[in-house]
Amino acid sequence: MKGKYSKLLFIILVFIFLYLPIGVLIAYSFNSGSTNLIFEDFSFKWYLNIIKNTDLVNAFLNTLLVAVTSTVISTVIGTISAYGLYKFDFPFKKLINSLIYIPIVIPEIVLGISLLSVYTLMKLELSIYSIIVSHIAFSIPYVIVSVKTTLTSQTITYEEAAKDLGASNYSIFKKIIMPIITPGIVSGATLVFTLSLDDVVISYFTAGPGSNTLPLYIYSIMKSGITPDVNALTSILLLVTFVILITLTIVQSRKIRKEAL
Amino acid sequence: MKNNKIFKTIFTLPILVYTFILIVLPLLYILFLSFCTSDSYGGIIYEFTFSNYIKIFDLTYLKILFKSALIGVITTIICILISYPFALILRRKSAHIQNLVTKLIMIPFLTNSLIRTYGWIILLRKNGIINNGLIMGGLTSSPLNLMYNRFGIVVGMVYTLLPFMLLPICSSVFEINNDLIEAAKDLGAKPLQIFRKIIIPETISGVFNGSLMVFIPAIGYFFITDILGGGKIMIIGNLIKNQFLTARNWPFGSAISIFLIIITFLLVKLYKRLGGKMDDLGGF
Repeated sequence: MKGKYSKLLFIILVFIFLYLPIGVLIAYSFNSGSTNLIFEDFSFKWYLNIIKNTDLVNAFLNTLLVAVTSTVISTVIGTISAYGLYKFDFPFKKLINSLIYIPIVIPEIVLGISLLSVYTLMKLELSIYSIIVSHIAFSIPYVIVSVKTTLTSQTITYEEAAKDLGASNYSIFKKIIMPIITPGIVSGATLVFTLSLDDVVISYFTAGPGSNTLPLYIYSIMKSGITPDVNALTSILLLVTFVILITLTIVQSRKIRKEAL
Repeated sequence: MKNNKIFKTIFTLPILVYTFILIVLPLLYILFLSFCTSDSYGGIIYEFTFSNYIKIFDLTYLKILFKSALIGVITTIICILISYPFALILRRKSAHIQNLVTKLIMIPFLTNSLIRTYGWIILLRKNGIINNGLIMGGLTSSPLNLMYNRFGIVVGMVYTLLPFMLLPICSSVFEINNDLIEAAKDLGAKPLQIFRKIIIPETISGVFNGSLMVFIPAIGYFFITDILGGGKIMIIGNLIKNQFLTARNWPFGSAISIFLIIITFLLVKLYKRLGGKMDDLGGF
């Protein structure tokens, strides 16, 4: 019995470690003082102040713009590429099949500086667009991998059956492939959306003047101290993602239960 | 027939363009840069030289490489020591609980890593929450130095990278066939023997997967050393960042990057030799 409690305690300690910094940030978002140093009094004022801090709001909107645009584009390219790599033979296919893992394994900083160098070489001005392109660059491989795992040998059987019955390439893709790969597309898109929101390193090297994203904005004010409106915005974002994830989990476990019945 | 060709082009052209423009070209270009030199204004002089690679082995830079590797190894080991017991405790729980735990691990990581690192400042600084707690509890009379040193950096690295170890180790431990362990028990195997003869061999590729995804970022995450190390301790990430943004010696920065890529490739080779699959890397 004693062992059981110490096991449970270990799991709880790990979760405390994972949630502690976030808990602290949320707690200080209700601080009436203007620093994250001393907790003065309970107040909602920083939540209302978010709108007044235009730099913060702009940075947040830029972050969303980057995440949404890069997720949509990389999901489309990643999905059709995963199918292309599975279905067709074309020049450099074998090479590409190993090259796509490079952005996943090499240190982000190396990808960041190499993209920066190429933008400079091509005389492209750094802006929010260069951040978007860079995020697309590191996202596509994750989508490909995620979609690829849903394309199995079983898929070939279905495809051949449809072909024998006279289905066109287009309708095979739409009616057979799409339903099979949809879970892979969804999980790939979720993953790259998260990675884009979380990214510090690649944005740091590929952002132009004035194209602040949330992490870059926070990095720039870190030295002078972060104001609690940043905490407030973070808390709201966290609440939103938490609700989405919990809903997904509930839906998923209902599905598991239904299938078990 | 023509339709088929168009269809094929749609599905293969984007990946060709992407791979060559956004992967191959940038890497070849920094490989090229690494053999050039730079003038004192940050301009690039196109003369072939090995000097940047020789410079990496200067004592100053070797020390940074060594310190980075040390921080990376310590971080990786701590992550393994947390993840293994965590996964083993949850091994026999229902798929339900395992699914929930996995989600709970991921939630904190949906906030930006920089913001989370900032949370650690509030906790670790001299008049921070942990020091105040220790003083109030009478465990120490004067505040401890918990950040602006290696301790703070390792805490930040472990915190930021732990999910990349927890998730692959959990998924490989959860997949162990329980019959194997039951059979070993019936034959009189002791827990330690089961761990050594079954659990380790069955999960080794998961552990190495996690180690790759922890160690490689840990030598590059300059923002953690900047924030929690107070700029006193440099890792390879800081060195590359400085060469590109402050010292403006792009060729030297490129040479260090190529050096990092080579190390990464060697580690990936080792991972594959241990039976790891590329598709498992970095996937949540």
